[in-house]
Amino acid sequence: MLLIDCPYCGPRAEIEFAYGGEAHIARPAADVSEEEWEAFLYLRDNTKGVLAERWRHAHGCGRFFNALRDTRTDRFHAFYEIGTPRPDVGDAA
Amino acid sequence: MIEIAEGCALAGLPPMVRLVLQGRAAALEAAAASLGLEAPPPMLRAVSGAGGTALRLGPFELLVLPASEGWAGLDAALATVPHSLVEVSDRNVGFVLEGARAADILAGLCPLDFALSSFPVGMVTRTLLDKAGAMIWRTGAQAFHIEVWRSFGPYVEGQLREVARGISFSLLAV
Ligand SMILES: [Zn+2]
Repeated sequence: MLLIDCPYCGPRAEIEFAYGGEAHIARPAADVSEEEWEAFLYLRDNTKGVLAERWRHAHGCGRFFNALRDTRTDRFHAFYEIGTPRPDVGDAA
Repeated sequence: MIEIAEGCALAGLPPMVRLVLQGRAAALEAAAASLGLEAPPPMLRAVSGAGGTALRLGPFELLVLPASEGWAGLDAALATVPHSLVEVSDRNVGFVLEGARAADILAGLCPLDFALSSFPVGMVTRTLLDKAGAMIWRTGAQAFHIEVWRSFGPYVEGQLREVARGISFSLLAV
């Protein structure tokens, strides 16, 4: 089980959280092409390495936040609030 | 109170008024002032004042348990501040779990650390009790106020009794 450090509540067990997919994907304006809309809805990087992703503390404070997780090792490198930029952790493994 | 393990009792709480307040700092501060508090409680803490108790369940959220039936004072204090105030009195049912084994029983259903140093008196949080979402509030060293959504009440009560039964058997074996 992952230990996830909610920015508001501190470290909690993974079962309190819901996964929210890749982070920092901006919703395009309404007048985009079908291809751009498709990319927004479906196309993801499938990162092998450090991925910025969204989590929601569903059975806790209820807030969404972002995390940097290495998809090779499941190691978390940072937890940060929605609306703040992705922290620079280099190419940490 | 019903004894569910040696020296550990479980009781259902009578109906009470419960309000969920969502808002930014200004709303939480106005609510705290109307309850007679100096400031909103910090994250995961409950504080009581003359007007009732405020429980900080989220950065922008308080559960308010007013001391009296009405909450006109709270409404008035929030009138000029953007907020959402929703009455959820009947959504939840409350339990009191008390006794030397209370923390051990909760630990059987929840991954949180219920040691007094990690979960001190006055701490409150939403979490999971087995598979049901629950709010756990430590009101004393050996006393907890538990709230779950009403339809989960019988399930959570049953799970608490089941863990208590297991602890009782393990004590017998010693
Ligand atoms: Zn949280």
